[in-house]
Amino acid sequence: MKSKAIAYPYVGWMALFVVAPILIITLYAFTSGDREFTLSNFQDMSQYASAFGRSFLLAAVATLICVLIGYPMAYFLARETGWIHRMATMLIMLPMWMNFLLRTYSWKFLLERNGLINSFFGLFGLGPFQMIDTHGAIVLGMVYNFLPYMVLPIFSVITKIDHKVIEAAQDLGANNLTVFRRVIFPLSLPGVLSGITMVFIPSVSTFAISRLLGGSKTLLLGNLIDMQIIGTAYNPHLGSAISLVMMVIVIICMAVMNHFGDGEQGVSL
Amino acid sequence: MKKNGMPSRLFLLLCLLFLYAPILVLMAFSFNGSVSKAVWAGFSLKWYLQLFQNDMILDALWVTLAVSALAAVISTLLGTAAAIGFRNMRRRSRTVCLTINNIPLTNADIITGVSMMLLFMLALSGLNGLFGLKWKMGFVTLLIAHITFDVPNVILSVMPKLRQLDPNIYEAAQDLGDHGLHAFYKVILPEIMPGVINGLIIAFTLSIDDFVISYFTAGSGTQTLSMVIYSMAKKRVSPEINALSTLMFLAVVALMVLVNLRQTRQEKRAKRQQENLSAQ
Amino acid sequence: MSKELIRLSDCVMKYDDEIILDHLNLYINDKEFLTLLGPSGCGKTTTLRIIGGFQTPTSGDVFFEGKRINQVPPYQRKINTVFQKYALFTHMNIYENVAFGLRIQKRPEDEIAKRVEEALELVNLPGYGKRSVDSLSGGQQQRVAIARAIVNRPQVLLLDEPLGALDLKLRKDMQVELKNIQREVGITFIYVTHDQEEALTMSDTVVVMDKGNIQQIGTPQDIYNEPKNAFVADFIGESNIIDGIMAEDKVVKLYGKKFPCLDAGFAPNESVDVVIRPEDIDIVPVEQGQLTGTVTEVTFKGMHYDIIVDFQGFKWLIQTTDFSPEGARIGVKIDPDGFHVMKKSKYSGKFGDYSSYSSEYDELNEDAEAEDEE
Repeated sequence: MKSKAIAYPYVGWMALFVVAPILIITLYAFTSGDREFTLSNFQDMSQYASAFGRSFLLAAVATLICVLIGYPMAYFLARETGWIHRMATMLIMLPMWMNFLLRTYSWKFLLERNGLINSFFGLFGLGPFQMIDTHGAIVLGMVYNFLPYMVLPIFSVITKIDHKVIEAAQDLGANNLTVFRRVIFPLSLPGVLSGITMVFIPSVSTFAISRLLGGSKTLLLGNLIDMQIIGTAYNPHLGSAISLVMMVIVIICMAVMNHFGDGEQGVSL
Repeated sequence: MKKNGMPSRLFLLLCLLFLYAPILVLMAFSFNGSVSKAVWAGFSLKWYLQLFQNDMILDALWVTLAVSALAAVISTLLGTAAAIGFRNMRRRSRTVCLTINNIPLTNADIITGVSMMLLFMLALSGLNGLFGLKWKMGFVTLLIAHITFDVPNVILSVMPKLRQLDPNIYEAAQDLGDHGLHAFYKVILPEIMPGVINGLIIAFTLSIDDFVISYFTAGSGTQTLSMVIYSMAKKRVSPEINALSTLMFLAVVALMVLVNLRQTRQEKRAKRQQENLSAQ
Repeated sequence: MSKELIRLSDCVMKYDDEIILDHLNLYINDKEFLTLLGPSGCGKTTTLRIIGGFQTPTSGDVFFEGKRINQVPPYQRKINTVFQKYALFTHMNIYENVAFGLRIQKRPEDEIAKRVEEALELVNLPGYGKRSVDSLSGGQQQRVAIARAIVNRPQVLLLDEPLGALDLKLRKDMQVELKNIQREVGITFIYVTHDQEEALTMSDTVVVMDKGNIQQIGTPQDIYNEPKNAFVADFIGESNIIDGIMAEDKVVKLYGKKFPCLDAGFAPNESVDVVIRPEDIDIVPVEQGQLTGTVTEVTFKGMHYDIIVDFQGFKWLIQTTDFSPEGARIGVKIDPDGFHVMKKSKYSGKFGDYSSYSSEYDELNEDAEAEDEE
């Protein structure tokens, strides 16, 4: 127990398989195929500006929708008593245990031109509507897949709020709306922030959802990277540069958000 | 807080419907006699039969189970040891270690996958050049990648238990004449065991579920189930996938029920013990 | 005392089939410091929560200034609460915590600033507004909780074991301080505690409760000197409680001997419980003693000795500054005002024997209670 040496195998592992890959991806991003330093990879990226914009936009929209659906959902679940409250975590987690691709695929199954939803509309002489291969379908896929990541942290934060604090607010003259606005919501913000992180990062970097639900024409950052690293447009240097830029933008976004979140504390809403 | 009224109950119901309906539809259509996604052509098990004759799927299932089990066990050992070691480090080196440990947790999967793939390509070409080998990415690189993203989760699960540990407990064991490893096995390990087991389960399920990282690190010859699903789903909508989803979902539900039963039984036993104690 | 402010009339509180409050009747005067005292599970906290509006009695009425307020929610009552674990808002600084109630009343900013600073000064935390809740010690958090409640100028302040989490020294300081604050702001304090010393130190009126019933209401002196039954006598301070017979007015019989006392009004030869406080017993040479017994245990307590004396199989606790060795035969003398005679009750025979005396009696009980309450 006194020895720190038993951590050394993993420290070595981290150096080899966590730190080294990050260094290599950075190295790749700043070099060309003939191993010379270059910034051309970053210049080449300008042609993909629209993919950057689309990725961040769709991920932001999906995250926003997750907040709008996930927050009330978590709040109502936290207010439930009895078996619904006890089973809440399980109810939200269970769909997540289904393979992520199968969950995405189920929407493809539903949204297709001759899929179930269009057949349903067909009964009333409506449609068929073009639903698959749209931006909307991609956002839907993101929301569906990552909504539990938003609900769970918010639910757990709200559940942990000491009931005495709510009583204290009521005692000081706050009605139910004020209690929510001035006490429950600010106290649940850490859960919202962690939910946003947990939804936004996989959304902005996905390539499977866009590939399955967005068709082959809608390119997101993930698809670009996929293409450069494995696929048809093989150029790992450009792929690395895109990855690096995405990573940096995400880190900046999260840092700004967390800073903003911290600043929120102590200041009344 | 007030109890929920009808509107909020309805909202909850709709949300849960949103989460579950697609899965249930998928499961229902796995028993459909025709390929159509919209027409019900009678009950049939033919997709299940076809599924089990599909060698690609069965091979992938085997790879997935093997890599998940191995990765879970190895990362549990590695992670538990690391968590204990971290606690004995000085503050600054511990902070550095934990920050690096957090990278695979916070980074997007695709970046973890791509960066490890680049490392493997570089390392393999170097080794092959030096020793005249013909190694390629495959099961081993896949396993390494899985261990790398499993360990941080094991550490995350063990750390809180270590923090709860009474700092005097190890000294108490030594004080009573126990020493070294034996004291560790007898005293520390039982205390943190729930966290270790939890870490093992989390690691296993993460590995089973992983797609993105496997996709980049498994090479061209090895395929996990997720990868097979991806390639199938990408091309055409195959009802075999419906059958597969149903089986996997039912397996998960069965596992959850089992885990829950065990938990309730343990809680009951603990309660009984408590009652016996207080009765004395 | 002044006029009546709050009245609980025939209040019953039930959870499922468990009766928490059993037809409770209580009135509370304006500007008094009233303490609800009792062991855990006696219903004292429930009583407080009914007054605060956090719980509604199963049956019975609550009146405030003569108006029935059963259905009035907490935020519309002119009553504020200081919670057991303070329940401060951790996402706000001290200033915002204290200003919370005033902001809800939409007071102008300069008035808020003035009143918050006044409240912080009152609790000896001037200039602490910018600090965060986490940076304060338990005692300081306690003061913030008091300031947060008092700044709203309530007519009544409810305090639910507010000192329970503090250490002994701090608790004693805070007792004095709380009493001073109450005098200064001149409002009613209703205080819940299981600590009898705390109750006696601070209160104008003490309400002793057990099992959902009020056992006795009175001033601290009344409660201590004239307990109504064996429960109260045992719960407040240390007591030897002995079976006796009231021979006639002002004469009580113990161990077949007659003793002069000050109590009267019992039926001739009525069986009674007799309370003798350990400090009211004088040790004298055997030949001068009204009773003689054998010392079985001696514990040094600093200011005095705790001596356990066996009188014909019944063990008494005597607190004395004179040392007597273990095994010594001693005589004791009790003045007439040292006896207190009580009617028999359901608590008779349950308390007041020191056969299983432990020198750590008080502390042990308190710790166990504190844990139960959580």
